[in-house]
Amino acid sequence: MTSLRTNRYLIARRLVQTAVMVLLIGGNLWGWTVLRGNLSSSVVLGTVPLADPFAVIQLLAAGGLLATDVLIGAAITLAFYALLGGRVFCSWVCPMNMVTDLANRLGRRFKTGTGSRRVFGRSARYFILGLALVLSAIMGVAAFEAISPIGMLQRGLVFGMGAGWLAVTAVFLFDLLIQRNGFCGHVCPLGAFYALVGRTALVRIDHDHEKCTSCMDCLKVCPENQILELVGQASGSVLDGVCTNCGRCIEVCPDAALSFSHRKHAMSLESGGS
Amino acid sequence: MAAGKGIDRRGFLSRLTAAAVGGVVWGGFVTEGKSAALVLRPPGALPEKVFLGKCIKCGICVEACPYDTLFLAGPGTDAPTGTPRLLPRDVPCYLCTDIPCTAECPTGALDVSLVSDDGGRTLDVNKTRIGLAVMDYENCIAAWGLRCDACYRACPLLDKAITIEHTRNERTGRHAVLLPKVHPDACTGCGLCERACVVEKAAIFVLPLEVALGRVGNSYVKGWEEGDESRIDGTTGPADELDSHPLDYLNSGDLQDD
Amino acid sequence: MALTRRDFIKQAAAVSAAGAISMKIPASAMAQAQETEKGWKWDKSVCRFCGTGCGLMLATRNDKIVAVKGDPAAPVNRGLNCIKGYFNAKIMYGKDRLTQPLLRVNAQGEFDKQGKFKPVSWDKAFDVMAAKFKEAYGELGPTGIGVFGSGQYTIHEGYAMSKLVKGGFRSNNLDPNARHCMASAVVGFIQTFGIDEPSGNYDDIEYTDTAVMWGANMAEMHPILWSRITDRKLSNPDRVKLINLTTYTNRCSNLADMEIIFKPQTDLAIWNYIANEIVYNRPETMDKEFIEQNTVFTTGHTDLGYGMRQDKNNPKYAAIELDTMNKQFSKVLSEAEGKTLAYLGYKAGDTMEMKHTAPGDCFAHWTIGFEEFKKGLEPYTLDFVAELSKGDPDESLDDYKVKLQALADHYLEKDRKVVSYWTMGMNQHTRGSWVNEQAYMVHLLLGKQAEPGNGAFSLTGQPSACGTAREVGTFAHRLPADLIVANPKHREFSEKIWKLPAKTLNGKPGSHYTKLLRDIEDGKIKWAWVQVCNPWQNTANANHWIKAAREMDNFIVVSDGYPTISAKVADLILPSAMIFEKWGAYGNAERRTQHWKQQVTPVGDAMPDIWQAFEFAKRITLKEVWGEQKINDKLTLPDVLADAQAMGYSPDDTLFDVLFNNEDAHKYTWPDPIGEGSLNTLAEGDKRKVAGFEGYGFFVHKYLWEEYRKFGVGHMHDLADFDTYHKVRGLKWPVVDGKETEWRFNAEYDSYVAKKAPGQKFAFYGPAAKALLAGDLKGPHKGDKVKYDNKAKIFFRPYMDPPEMPDKTYPFWLVTGRVLEHWHTGTMTMRVPELYRAVPEAVCFMNPDDAAEQGFTDGDAIWIESRRGRVKVHIELRGRNTMPKGTVMVPFFDERVLINKVCLDATCPISKETDYKKCAVKVTRA
Repeated sequence: MTSLRTNRYLIARRLVQTAVMVLLIGGNLWGWTVLRGNLSSSVVLGTVPLADPFAVIQLLAAGGLLATDVLIGAAITLAFYALLGGRVFCSWVCPMNMVTDLANRLGRRFKTGTGSRRVFGRSARYFILGLALVLSAIMGVAAFEAISPIGMLQRGLVFGMGAGWLAVTAVFLFDLLIQRNGFCGHVCPLGAFYALVGRTALVRIDHDHEKCTSCMDCLKVCPENQILELVGQASGSVLDGVCTNCGRCIEVCPDAALSFSHRKHAMSLESGGS
Repeated sequence: MAAGKGIDRRGFLSRLTAAAVGGVVWGGFVTEGKSAALVLRPPGALPEKVFLGKCIKCGICVEACPYDTLFLAGPGTDAPTGTPRLLPRDVPCYLCTDIPCTAECPTGALDVSLVSDDGGRTLDVNKTRIGLAVMDYENCIAAWGLRCDACYRACPLLDKAITIEHTRNERTGRHAVLLPKVHPDACTGCGLCERACVVEKAAIFVLPLEVALGRVGNSYVKGWEEGDESRIDGTTGPADELDSHPLDYLNSGDLQDD
Repeated sequence: MALTRRDFIKQAAAVSAAGAISMKIPASAMAQAQETEKGWKWDKSVCRFCGTGCGLMLATRNDKIVAVKGDPAAPVNRGLNCIKGYFNAKIMYGKDRLTQPLLRVNAQGEFDKQGKFKPVSWDKAFDVMAAKFKEAYGELGPTGIGVFGSGQYTIHEGYAMSKLVKGGFRSNNLDPNARHCMASAVVGFIQTFGIDEPSGNYDDIEYTDTAVMWGANMAEMHPILWSRITDRKLSNPDRVKLINLTTYTNRCSNLADMEIIFKPQTDLAIWNYIANEIVYNRPETMDKEFIEQNTVFTTGHTDLGYGMRQDKNNPKYAAIELDTMNKQFSKVLSEAEGKTLAYLGYKAGDTMEMKHTAPGDCFAHWTIGFEEFKKGLEPYTLDFVAELSKGDPDESLDDYKVKLQALADHYLEKDRKVVSYWTMGMNQHTRGSWVNEQAYMVHLLLGKQAEPGNGAFSLTGQPSACGTAREVGTFAHRLPADLIVANPKHREFSEKIWKLPAKTLNGKPGSHYTKLLRDIEDGKIKWAWVQVCNPWQNTANANHWIKAAREMDNFIVVSDGYPTISAKVADLILPSAMIFEKWGAYGNAERRTQHWKQQVTPVGDAMPDIWQAFEFAKRITLKEVWGEQKINDKLTLPDVLADAQAMGYSPDDTLFDVLFNNEDAHKYTWPDPIGEGSLNTLAEGDKRKVAGFEGYGFFVHKYLWEEYRKFGVGHMHDLADFDTYHKVRGLKWPVVDGKETEWRFNAEYDSYVAKKAPGQKFAFYGPAAKALLAGDLKGPHKGDKVKYDNKAKIFFRPYMDPPEMPDKTYPFWLVTGRVLEHWHTGTMTMRVPELYRAVPEAVCFMNPDDAAEQGFTDGDAIWIESRRGRVKVHIELRGRNTMPKGTVMVPFFDERVLINKVCLDATCPISKETDYKKCAVKVTRA
């Protein structure tokens, strides 16, 4: 029971990630209508459109005059993540998360991927995000979508992988051997995009300094542990948009010092702090 | 952003360089994936360049196709990864009258107005222009005089998109050659002909219109065809600016032998 | 334009010179069977597929067919082929070729009807097969067994099987799939001319001015002939006219000058309209002298039924099926029939009792004289026939009338040569024999028959429908060379050639192809052997036959190269050698006999059908079949064993020894110079030594040929000797003094005319059914029969409805047929990857408006359902066939779309050929 409890969010995330992919795969292979398409754009129950807002923005940058369907879909998705935490996508939906989580877990066990020379800094992703938009505009195609390993993976799962395995394997090896949390935490412009979206999200991780014993277990598991600077220092919400709301820190905290909450503390802190 | 604050000038420059190099490599990669001149797109696809700027690679068209004609290009193939395409020799387009692939496209990369006379309210699948069937008469056994014309009979618009041209077979003196001929004005590029062709590698095959068709230019109009003027509507005639001066020619060189 | 004899000879010389010069045959191709580069050996053969009979050259290397080319020296195709012909090299090498005998067995390995197929040895296969034969034969006699033969048998195979079944088993239950294909044409020929097969030949195409297709989609079904017709059209586009009469728009319409879409069955009325136009409106167009000298007017009964089952309330048939089946006994006459049968005293709404359904009554006909003939034609005015026959609801009646009139004009125009071509449209018809005769009626009235470029020409579907089914007579009622089992003199003649004791042969015609299946369903046949055909896919009303095969106490053997539907329902499957793995000969639609040599060793343990027949015959002794045999209450075949002993046979001799392994046979020794360098599995065995077989030690094929030809030589069916055919590109029989006959019955070309009727320009000398009673339209008068030697008959035949027509519940006509890409049931062509890809499935062609009304769109899956069964099929609203409203068409090549489950097994009551072109169906979304 304890392991179930200490992994409750992990299990829930895996269930959600799997369910989304299974629904999409079912839509292609067996004609299910719950969710058709893929993570780039889909239709729920044949009526509600959803779309990847970052992909849409790239297309717009590329000069595409898009049909309203996909714009509405992007808006819905955007609103959803803006409320729930942008990078909720990363930890709860994106199938690449399973790949990088595995790489990171193995990396922790075998102590790999922590070489002194870091290839990318935490902010590289924002450069890449910017570059994606610039390149899209120059090239006239959605630049990140053209090379995105996430796209190859999630499309591949629904429509057949082909050589997409290579890209996925490359991400896995990069995270495992070269830079821990390298892809999701440093490179991925989609994650960066959702990090920006998530800055105003209502659902946040709350830290109760009263309960914290500063064991720092949370920092070990957090893929973006730079954002947990308040741990052991002050109560408050984790406000940085890069938090993926994965809940891993809550699960591992032996003192129940971390929890999901709405933005309450954040409001006060932010209004005070910035 | 907090992370940006501590960056010194050198660090920033090296990042910028990295970004520039990365951008070039990335851009090159995208260009590579974009040069897909020979890829056939689903019905209603906008011209390739515009199409690529609109396609979100969601695969809804693929799912909508009842014949499993369409598929998303895999990475490392001759088409941008994730974009929908068809290979008629394997599975041609069966020209569904409701064109579900086009109708369901969320971005408009497949544009219903291209397969419609009224902006997309009623669809006319015969306006589909996936490409154009092109014939290699050297390897067409009907051109040898054999009775094949399998492409003709496979054509959903037979007698319009493919007709039979009858000529006498001078060699045998008593047979006719029944030669299939493609008509670009009616050919939808569905590729049923390409699939039907019985030779080892199809002697009739669909190419994208831009590849298959030539272009006559705007400075001549067919005097014998009414309305041909409309072809050059809106053009401005030959370029006005002359870029060389006659004096350059006249004053250069010497015609006398040494 | 009348072609004088002099012109003709000049033209003929030019044509043959063109043949020699303009064909530009490379010198290498002219030399026969020479060794060439790459170790290839080229030899001549014939295309495996349709009745056109295109010549082929085959290249073999390392005992495999490696390539094929059209034979540039073959007069039919001059080096060309269609795409089926193009793939002849591939047909024997499908991945699922049968290579060993397969028997349904139980866990112990013994035969079990409910068992699964397992490989068994050839010996075991024949032992079980013979035991089962003896069981059925012992219980039911000669009628308790049956053999499904084929128009794709080689001539030798058909002849061997005919001799074995009729002479050996004393059974006439041997009938070919050609029954489904041109039996109506045979009746037409026999009744009209007294002898089978067309008078003209393919060169008519180059001589004629008008080709009229009557239910012959030549563009797809006779591709090479169509290219000849096309060339003729191109040679003189203004003069040469093509008219396509059809029930839906097919590819012939592409080139035709005129397309006439008529309602199914009304071709009967259209022919009569043309005749009506001749005798009533333009009698001057009749060739009075020709008619006077060469013809006699005749008619027959009309209340013949429709060839359906004769037993009322058969428990195996549902009430809904009986709706149609009861028309076999009586029918309420329609408005149209009220008019067309008024001459018999009927009016619309009357019930016609079918009183003349017995075979003899169906066949009966008598002379009527011109005035009666004319009286019969009276109703068939342009107005009446146009109204009745217009097949496209969207066409205006006036437009249609103009076309009918033009059709008649083309026939009637003096000096215009006309050839009428037909295939299954007229043959597969519940009045198929009649409509064949009507074609001759028009041509004979106009004197446009049996001349170059003039004549009614029945095209055959199968490569040897003529050569094997008809000339060899592998029908239930026939013997070789037009002889029939019912005629004691013919039996006696055959017994002499076959060296059988007198009265060995059975005089009662056997069961025709469809009846063989009905007999199996009735438990009257308990042992059947299927050769070179696929009855369970090709026969209408298939649900019944499949059930009967699987659920009843019987034993079915299927010999084939590939697993077919028929093999699937069988109990024993024998792997057969295919065309180029054996010596053989085919006879095409223009009477051309073409031989080939064995090119390669059969694959696996597959063996030729003749070997199978011989090995089986080794297991049957005379005493098991030549004792007294009861056929029915009236007929018992005598015990002929004593006579056999007097002839030197022993009761323990096997049928193989007596019929095939005899003294005569051993005169044809092997090796023979004509076969030098060729394989001959039957004579000398082959490298495989299948079942220990090392050859029969004599030249089996030459023996069979030379014996077979004794039937016809001097009897108007002369065939050349075996060796000659291996030196030429086929010859058109009769071959008299080494010369083939181009146009029969015409003194200029046919030497028999001078023999039969010296001094006459024409003599329709066929001997069959020439003694006739006199009578009127209502029936024959009492009196003596008069002989009408050398005369052709001009039949009056009325229009009658088919037994099943669309109604409220089943509102569509269903027509079945073929496509160019596939041959018959697809056994071979569906296994050629390229042809499979070209047309991977049978679709249902439908009119777009009909589809819209039903809410269907192109490509939808639908059920086609009749009173008998249903199949699922995708619809095609565009493409090669354009349907008029109210008619759908489905080809029958695809076993996954087994359309014969839907079709009605009504036949022409005279010819017993099934009408695959008409039944009523409904369509629903699947």
